[in-house]
Amino acid sequence: MAEISLPAKPPGFLAGIVRALPVCAAVAPFGLLYGALAVDNGLSIFEATFMSAAIFGGASQMVGLQLFNGQVPGWLIVLSIFAVNFRHILYSAAIGPKLMHWPVWQRLAAWFLLTDPQFAESAKMAEQRPVPFTWYLGFGLALYLLWILESYLGARFGALIDDPEALGLDFMLPLYFFAMLYDFRARHPFFPIVIASAIGSIVAKLVVGSPWHVSIGALCGIAVAVIIGAPSEPPKPKERTT
Amino acid sequence: MNGMIWIIIFGAAATYLTRIGGHLVLSRFDHVHPRVQAGLNAVPAAVLTTLVAPALIDAGPAEWSAIIFAAFVGLRAKLTGMFFASAVLLIVLRQIGFN
Repeated sequence: MAEISLPAKPPGFLAGIVRALPVCAAVAPFGLLYGALAVDNGLSIFEATFMSAAIFGGASQMVGLQLFNGQVPGWLIVLSIFAVNFRHILYSAAIGPKLMHWPVWQRLAAWFLLTDPQFAESAKMAEQRPVPFTWYLGFGLALYLLWILESYLGARFGALIDDPEALGLDFMLPLYFFAMLYDFRARHPFFPIVIASAIGSIVAKLVVGSPWHVSIGALCGIAVAVIIGAPSEPPKPKERTT
Repeated sequence: MNGMIWIIIFGAAATYLTRIGGHLVLSRFDHVHPRVQAGLNAVPAAVLTTLVAPALIDAGPAEWSAIIFAAFVGLRAKLTGMFFASAVLLIVLRQIGFN
């Protein structure tokens, strides 16, 4: 008895996993790199893997590693992780109303998995049809479990590298952050923010010292953005009818 | 449990807060002030810059070459291609002792 596949059948768990495969392939090298860098920055294999399982946010984990050197107070590392992940606030505000047909426990689980690709794919689907929880879970769990596995493997094999300097590991994080930063260059006002943050962080590092240059530099850039303000939008028509 | 585990646990809690927080907080306002919006949008670029700029000051010719190369590759490729192309260049330059 062949099952008739209706075109309107909502995508399920398996379809979510399949949809996640290209993203998994793109993320894999970073998972391995994260694990190797984590060990190079003094984390144990367990700590490196645990960080991936608990946070599940590549960029923020890399920032955390950069600051794990024993001199930076813990709360500032937590604050930096928070700052890098701050963009999720915008995702959760945008996707939240589309998930209201799920029970509360499903939504609580879903927030944990809300990464950049998860948001992008879910927002795309929400324009067509209600997002099924099983599809969301399949997509998210595939990424999550692979991320943990890659971190473990990276940490495991990273521990075997005996000359990290020769492989440039000490400069991989700045290079990675530069590539990420470069992706934002179309977002106005990119250059004023970067110039202000660069000057602020370099001066602060010389005058106040590490790790304060991160917060001070970032505040300089944010202040410039606030002063410049949002790109001018056409004024919205007043819609008050009551 | 050592300090690092606690940092990871609090970092995870802070991350979950960003993932649930937008829905809980921002969705209550139907209007976010454009300057607040501009400040929020600036957070990633501002934080990332502070992690790159001082490292460039402390670096040498091999690292500067890798960054300049990354910028050129980035005109065509996305993050993954950009990062790995420049990482390979850095490793090669380190191996031949150009620093």
